[in-house]
Amino acid sequence: MSGRISPKKVPMAEQPPEERIRNFREVPLGYTPEQAIEEAKRCLQCKEAPCIKGCPVEIDIPAFIRLVAEGRFKEAALKIKEKNALPAICGRVCPQETQCEAVCTLGRRFEPVAIGRLERFVADWEREHCDPIAPNPPPKRGKKVAIIGSGPAGLTAAADLAKMGYDVTIFEALHKPGGVLVYGIPEFRLPKAIVEAEVEYVKSLGVEIRVDSVIGRLYSIQELFDMGYSAVFIGIGAGSPMFMGIPGENLSGVYSANEYLTRSNLMKAYLFPEYHTPIKTGKKVAVIGGGNVAMDAARTARRLGAESVYLIYRRSEAEMPARIEERERAKEEGIIFHLLTLPVRIIGDEKGRVKAIECVKMELGEPDESGRRRPIPVRGSEFIIEVDTVIVAIGTAANPLLPRSTPGLKLTEDGYIVVDEETGRTSLEGVYAGGDIVTGSATVISAMGAARKAARAIHEYLSGRA
Amino acid sequence: MAKNIHLLKVASPEIAKKAKAGQFVVLRAVEEGERIPLTLYDWDPRDGTISLVFQEVGKTTKLLAGMRVGDRILNLIGPLGLPSHIERFGRVVCIGGGVGVPAVYPIARAMKLVGNEVIGIMGARTAELLILEEEMRSVSDRLIVTTDDGSKGMKGFVTNALRDLLGSGIRVDRVVAVGPAVMMKFVAETTRPYGIKTIVSLNSIMLDATGMCGACRISVGGRTKFTCVDGPEFDGHEVDFDLLLDRLNQYVEEEKRIAAMDC
Ligand SMILES: Cc1cc2nc3c(=O)[nH]c(=O)nc-3n(C[C@H](O)[C@H](O)[C@H](O)COP(=O)(O)OP(=O)(O)OC[C@H]3O[C@@H](n4cnc5c(N)ncnc54)[C@H](O)[C@@H]3O)c2cc1C
Ligand SMILES: Cc1cc2nc3c(=O)[nH]c(=O)nc-3n(C[C@H](O)[C@H](O)[C@H](O)COP(=O)(O)OP(=O)(O)OC[C@H]3O[C@@H](n4cnc5c(N)ncnc54)[C@H](O)[C@@H]3O)c2cc1C
Ligand code: SF4
Ligand code: SF4
Ligand code: FES
Repeated sequence: MSGRISPKKVPMAEQPPEERIRNFREVPLGYTPEQAIEEAKRCLQCKEAPCIKGCPVEIDIPAFIRLVAEGRFKEAALKIKEKNALPAICGRVCPQETQCEAVCTLGRRFEPVAIGRLERFVADWEREHCDPIAPNPPPKRGKKVAIIGSGPAGLTAAADLAKMGYDVTIFEALHKPGGVLVYGIPEFRLPKAIVEAEVEYVKSLGVEIRVDSVIGRLYSIQELFDMGYSAVFIGIGAGSPMFMGIPGENLSGVYSANEYLTRSNLMKAYLFPEYHTPIKTGKKVAVIGGGNVAMDAARTARRLGAESVYLIYRRSEAEMPARIEERERAKEEGIIFHLLTLPVRIIGDEKGRVKAIECVKMELGEPDESGRRRPIPVRGSEFIIEVDTVIVAIGTAANPLLPRSTPGLKLTEDGYIVVDEETGRTSLEGVYAGGDIVTGSATVISAMGAARKAARAIHEYLSGRA
Repeated sequence: MAKNIHLLKVASPEIAKKAKAGQFVVLRAVEEGERIPLTLYDWDPRDGTISLVFQEVGKTTKLLAGMRVGDRILNLIGPLGLPSHIERFGRVVCIGGGVGVPAVYPIARAMKLVGNEVIGIMGARTAELLILEEEMRSVSDRLIVTTDDGSKGMKGFVTNALRDLLGSGIRVDRVVAVGPAVMMKFVAETTRPYGIKTIVSLNSIMLDATGMCGACRISVGGRTKFTCVDGPEFDGHEVDFDLLLDRLNQYVEEEKRIAAMDC
């Protein structure tokens, strides 16, 4: 059989680097129907289908891929939507190489089946060719559930519970639903029109979304129960930006990645002044960190017109948490990597604006608790890079706003919500949680997987009661 | 209300029910618009309205000023920030400068309600810009009015009035000051030698105002705080005002650019 199978995935066209750094349009262009069918035919249709277990929301992967191979795209879309309400998003942003594709049988000898690309193709095809199809509404159960936060976790919990017949309301703090999908991940990786379309799909299931509602200030969780909600799911993410605590970090021109990306994505500052929110475009930009968020910030800076973008990371590239694909794209776009480099101080001018960053070179020592080799500063190796903008992308922490206003909610030392892993149950009766506010910053699909479990547990809780 | 100062009354039953002195809202006027914070000046849970007072300084506030009765604000988020710490301290001086007056008014009212003796100090550049004098008088046991040019009340800044007051030897248990950053800085300097606890309400630049971005960060007692969730009120003796002032000027060029374009 292997003789007929192409060892490599069908490649997907991309915007060339020199062109894409001048726009915010999506970089990969997606499969054509012919390419999708060709790729789908690589699937071995394994009986055991290990790929399904590699997907936290358990999409029936061989089944949808077979439908693609047969050219039955609409049915493929329905198949995916049985399990995943956000396929166009997941097909784009899932780290497939550590999820479904990591365990694909074909991957033992060749490149695995391009499951993510196929999922993306199907979802895009459906959006472009069909009227949105919502499943028939289930019989109403006459019970209300409140969801706090409209990121991937909240949207998934809402969709699942609505499909079971509950009246679901999402309360979202910002003016647009989607969480990190709208404020964090840039347009060129995840077009906002796609997020909007998938949010519309969730609404079409009967979910009400109330934006501009900061729970903890507008209503407490207790007040939600008083308003007639029988259960609450908390999916507020881990959005509080961390800083390094080095001198100069509060100078003008120093951003958290969240601020920089929110200005550009949510507020569309890249269209300033047509849109009114300003952003410092910067000529020379330093981005601190080595994760996907740092890559997003660096690539955004480039598109906003920065001439030089430096990525400063204290370990070596082997330890970088960012996906290889994202790293490669960043390099193609001319981002300059300063590896084994630690910022020690940000230097400002007389008006308190950034003018340079001082760094020290690092070398790798013994492995630390994370198993990665610990970086140690090399004495006397300090050097200065002139920059006018610094973006700190070293991670986020739990946002304390809601937990602080919820007495009795058990938290970890770092402020994350303590839950039972299988059900998402918190220390408060009828209150469940999932996603980044439980695990710390993770992935879209893991937040969705946790939300699915919690939705199931909420259903059991509510149906066990008179 | 005065030149370039406007009162905006908005129907928002939910916020009106929850609002407390010292809190603010964030609003977005149009789809392309910025999210801007404005302090709650007044609210009425019975008729479900909130009142905001703002000064026209840039793009968004100009758009707001152009609104007519019946227009809709696209997004309104609140109440945000921690409420003021209201307690029976004894004698409290409440200071408002410029559009800080509407912000300090509900605090003075709440202080008065729990039995404090309230001394109000309010100031503006000139008489025409003095707003809400009667309202301030109604919640103060004594009200001192100042104008920079002496066109009404005492000539000078609110800090001059405060200095005179403290110099007279009168006991003051707490000071609350809301106004331009420079004013709050000098109020804090004035009370520092007396060791009087001085609360200021900071107006740092904000974006989401839910603790997610850090745009509003300031330094208090050497530690970084987020004004939107840890404040907006802080101990004035601990605040690094010079940093706040620098950070407030971050976007002057961009603001000029967009203000120069017609709305
Ligand atoms: C820049 C960036 C790039 C990323 N790229 C990827 C990627 O490529 N692939 C991937 O899998 N993962 C990626 N991630 C991680 C991923 O986005 C998150 O793990 C995921 O979004 C977590 O989902 P969530 O639903 O738990 O929280 P979030 O997406 O953070 O959503 C939480 C929502 O709750 C709202 N909220 C918070 N507090 C309140 C409150 N008190 N009341 C009401 N609403 C509230 C917030 O406004 C927000 O909308 C990225 C993250 C960032 C920041
Ligand atoms: C908690 C808080 C409460 C406030 N309450 C009031 C109030 O009750 N009445 C009132 O008139 N003003 C208040 N402000 C200030 C008000 O938010 C700004 O005047 C407004 O954002 C200016 O927007 P603009 O688009 O019209 O002007 P822009 O063109 O954006 O800016 C013009 C000027 O406003 C300053 N500014 C810009 N954006 C902000 C921002 N997000 N926050 C603070 N200052 C900013 C700039 O430094 C500049 O000097 C408050 C600010 C904060 C943080
Ligand atoms: S949702 Fe993510 S993990 Fe699941 S099949 Fe799709 S790409 Fe793979
Ligand atoms: S493991 Fe790979 S080859 Fe096997 S069914 Fe899943 S996608 Fe197809
Ligand atoms: S305004 Fe974003 S954290 Fe305060």
